[in-house]
Amino acid sequence: MKPKHILGLLVVAAALAYLIFGGLGQNLVYFITPSEYFQQAERYQNRPVRLGGLVKAGSLYYNPQTLELRFVVTDGVKEIPVRSSGATPPALFGENRGVVVEGRFQDGTFVSQNLLVKHSESYQAPKEGWTPEQVRKLIEETQ
Amino acid sequence: MQLTRSNPKGRLDSLTWAILGLGVLGAVVGFFMAMSSPPDQNQGFVARIFHMHVPTAWMAYMASFGALFYSVAYLVRRQAHFDRVAAAAVEVGLIFMALALLTGMLWARPTWGVYWDWEPRLTTTAILFAIYVGYMVVRGAIEDPELRAKAAAGVAILGAINVPISYMSVKWWRSLHQTQSIDLTTGKIMVDSAILIPMLVNLAAFTLLYIGMVRLRGIIAAREAAQEEA
Repeated sequence: MKPKHILGLLVVAAALAYLIFGGLGQNLVYFITPSEYFQQAERYQNRPVRLGGLVKAGSLYYNPQTLELRFVVTDGVKEIPVRSSGATPPALFGENRGVVVEGRFQDGTFVSQNLLVKHSESYQAPKEGWTPEQVRKLIEETQ
Repeated sequence: MQLTRSNPKGRLDSLTWAILGLGVLGAVVGFFMAMSSPPDQNQGFVARIFHMHVPTAWMAYMASFGALFYSVAYLVRRQAHFDRVAAAAVEVGLIFMALALLTGMLWARPTWGVYWDWEPRLTTTAILFAIYVGYMVVRGAIEDPELRAKAAAGVAILGAINVPISYMSVKWWRSLHQTQSIDLTTGKIMVDSAILIPMLVNLAAFTLLYIGMVRLRGIIAAREAAQEEA
């Protein structure tokens, strides 16, 4: 291999390494947690932010008539109230479930424009003795 | 990982037929096994798209390693046969990548709530898709066979770097996409055996289909090359 080829490969490898371990890792955080918000609250004002965490148990309020949705996102340490409107939440949305909301902070409340549900990587069959038909009925009844 | 034995003549051999036939049979059996597997306790029946999404996504990743292997083989040996197989690996990989993205989007809408989001796993996979398309564009743009093979090999080798990045993206960065259910780095499996076994049958069938299609595409490319020379 010619020296200029080796040099070229080294430049490409260095650029990729910088992208992966330097720039991308630090600056492109997909979502922030409530604790991170309170560490640098003024940094996240008046700009679009993604906030991620769990929907706190007992905090969920949903009005199907007005589509008004309110809940609290927690990371186990800090909590942030979230207000969302205009769209029906996905079927998997619920208390103690992972959620990522896109929107802005307004006076301590997060106003969500888009609500995404984060589900687990575990796939388990329903409890013993349940046939698929029974589960289908159960799912239809809860909706 | 020998996708094809040296078969520069372009003869359609019985091994290719056998692999393709077994792959089709396996996919039919896998489909019925997937449709009779239990639903997920949280997601219900929609989680069955797992049986299609995971095998196609793994084949899409494998395509890049196949292309990497044959591109390096071409650069070392300078035989047109290796270049043709590398091209076939990417071309067939593009189909599986498109299927993985499509099934992923169809799964994401009812579970996450959106078809697409620019989160790390989806973004790195979209980049990999763009690299595969770019590989085909580079091949289409260069007339000289030797220069074309060398340029394409460069794209394939650099593009393969993105596969481990895409695979590890759900661990390295916060993402919307869940982490691996079958984690190759730790060996942890978070899937019920009643759901896992049909998926593995589908994975085996799709692997056979992928290898069979690459062999078939390589044979067609060899015939095309022979015709051009004549």
